[in-house]
Amino acid sequence: MLADFGNLFHGFAVVAQPFNLVLMVIGIVLGVIVGVLPGLGGANGVAILLPLTFSMSPTSAIIMLSCIYWGALFGGAITSILFNIPGEPWSVATTFDGYPMAQKGQAGQALTAAFTSSFVGALFAVLVITLIAPLVANFALKFGPPEIFSVYFLAFCSFVGLSKEPPFKTIASMMLGFGLGAVGLDQMTGQLRLTFGAEQLLNGFDFLIAVIGLFGIGEILLTMEEGLSFRGKTAKLNMKVVLETWARLPRYWLIYLRSCLIGCWMGISPAGATPASFMSYGIAKRISKNGHKFGTGEIEGVVAPETAAHAAGTSALLPMISLGVPGSPTAAVLLGGLLIWGLQPGPLLFTEQKDFVWGLIASMYMGNIVGLLIVLTCVPFFASILRIPFSVIAPIIMVFCAIGAYTVHNNTFDVVMMLVFGVMGYFMKKTNYPLAPMVLAIVLGDKAEEGFRQSLLSSQGNLGVFFSNGLVSTIMTLGLIALFWPVIQTLLVRARDLINGTLRPAG
Amino acid sequence: MNQAASESGGTGPSHRQVEIGVAGAMAILAVIGIYGSIQVGIGWGADGPRAGFFPFYVSLIVLISCAINIITVLMARETRKIFAEWSQLRQVLSVLVPTAIYVALVPYTGIYVASALLIAFFMRWFGRYGWLATVAVAVFVPVATFITFEMWFLVPLPKGPLETYLGY
Repeated sequence: MLADFGNLFHGFAVVAQPFNLVLMVIGIVLGVIVGVLPGLGGANGVAILLPLTFSMSPTSAIIMLSCIYWGALFGGAITSILFNIPGEPWSVATTFDGYPMAQKGQAGQALTAAFTSSFVGALFAVLVITLIAPLVANFALKFGPPEIFSVYFLAFCSFVGLSKEPPFKTIASMMLGFGLGAVGLDQMTGQLRLTFGAEQLLNGFDFLIAVIGLFGIGEILLTMEEGLSFRGKTAKLNMKVVLETWARLPRYWLIYLRSCLIGCWMGISPAGATPASFMSYGIAKRISKNGHKFGTGEIEGVVAPETAAHAAGTSALLPMISLGVPGSPTAAVLLGGLLIWGLQPGPLLFTEQKDFVWGLIASMYMGNIVGLLIVLTCVPFFASILRIPFSVIAPIIMVFCAIGAYTVHNNTFDVVMMLVFGVMGYFMKKTNYPLAPMVLAIVLGDKAEEGFRQSLLSSQGNLGVFFSNGLVSTIMTLGLIALFWPVIQTLLVRARDLINGTLRPAG
Repeated sequence: MNQAASESGGTGPSHRQVEIGVAGAMAILAVIGIYGSIQVGIGWGADGPRAGFFPFYVSLIVLISCAINIITVLMARETRKIFAEWSQLRQVLSVLVPTAIYVALVPYTGIYVASALLIAFFMRWFGRYGWLATVAVAVFVPVATFITFEMWFLVPLPKGPLETYLGY
């Protein structure tokens, strides 16, 4: 424990190097821009900017990329509140009360509340990461192939159970991801599979291309279909408004605490920031005494989803750095970055790459503080980006997506694949197939398969190996509960109704 | 926003048809996956499960899920909900087609020239900007990209005849 704090301070020293500080600020600014622009989000924003880091040291690279992510998380709130357009899916819930507040002329208060809540949520999640991640990593060092597979199993089952989309759509899109991930060279036997003689498929489908296509191009196609008209409120953020709002916020400490806990839970299990924000908003609405006024511009309605979204977005990195299992598509892209920089994600990072891990954790603290300062001072600048007409922004975003896709392998075929994934993303999104499980399956497919096959190899094909000891059985059982959660939930509700029905007189 | 747009007036392909189409397309991919897995062997080899083992079962699950999804759509009550209005789809295509041409051009002209053309096309066609503004943005963005990627971050991007002519 004490050694960890020593490491953390060392991490701060790494982050405080001038070069890294500059990267941090660049990262945050780029991130907010990415978060504000339609069609660019955390995941594909980081994916597109990944090539810029190829020539940097891994620590500097992760500082810049994670700061892009923090920036994107902050940026989503700006468009939600001022334009009623959620820049990111996790800021949809922020529009419910944020935009009405802006309409009432309280845009400044809403923005301050949103940014501060984001900050609090992120800080809470970073504290959780600092305290828990080293323990988890230490624990995970003892994992054998069955345990490793069971962790993946739990992660993917949580998607099915926690997703708001129909379970079979989640399963279909997830398994399609595994299938796409399997294309190319088989890691274990060195055999080619599913390539059907096409040379371009030798290395399989890269998930970065999938991310850029599915989220970037697909999103632009959706935006085009809806026909955009940005008519926003203007924001004046001055020190007085900020301080006044800050004076009001501490009384909502209970909402903060609850939203932080919801966010961390949803972020670590790969449900992600979006459901966390909705859940937190829903619970706040039900519990608050101002609940009936939610939707008309209540500050609590901004605080709850923003805190939870940021807590979730940040804590999604916990399983990524301690287990090598990303909790969100953006965390997956960061994980892909680790591989490109030549680091092996997983529990060994904490022992072998101390500088890197603690530099990352320290940059989470610093990045969020710097981020809060930047967004509070630069709102008008960021809002003005949205006033650039879409006919100028759309082709520029397309160009950046193409550059991002090309630079992954210096291959123009990837740019074509990006477009194919884009069309796929458009149709899947319109028909409610969740994209995140698919992306995560493409990233983790090889590793999950390896764990699965190695386990079976050691047990000579007996599936009982996944229930062979207490640890692996527990994780697998949790996974099964998560998988069948929708069914369990309906049964529980029915049971409760039944009990209530018998206790309470009819009518 | 989506929902509102697709439920208000106008005609277009029904949501149902598209839903079945997407599930069908996934099912086709699944069948290809199953076929390819069987080709490399799905059984137990000398060194454990063969290469096709995992993708076979994964594809099988996709196929089953697609079947269930299609059945769910068919069982559901007939709704008038449309996928998108034709005019909206035209909008989507009007972005998709130029982008497809752009992607096809990149290997031949390099990414910078193709990008300039794409931006210019969008600004003239959709934005109805004057030539001056169009040319300014269409030239500025690729040049800025060139400086950022090739000079600062030393990341090479696809180049074509123009760059060769200029000596890069």
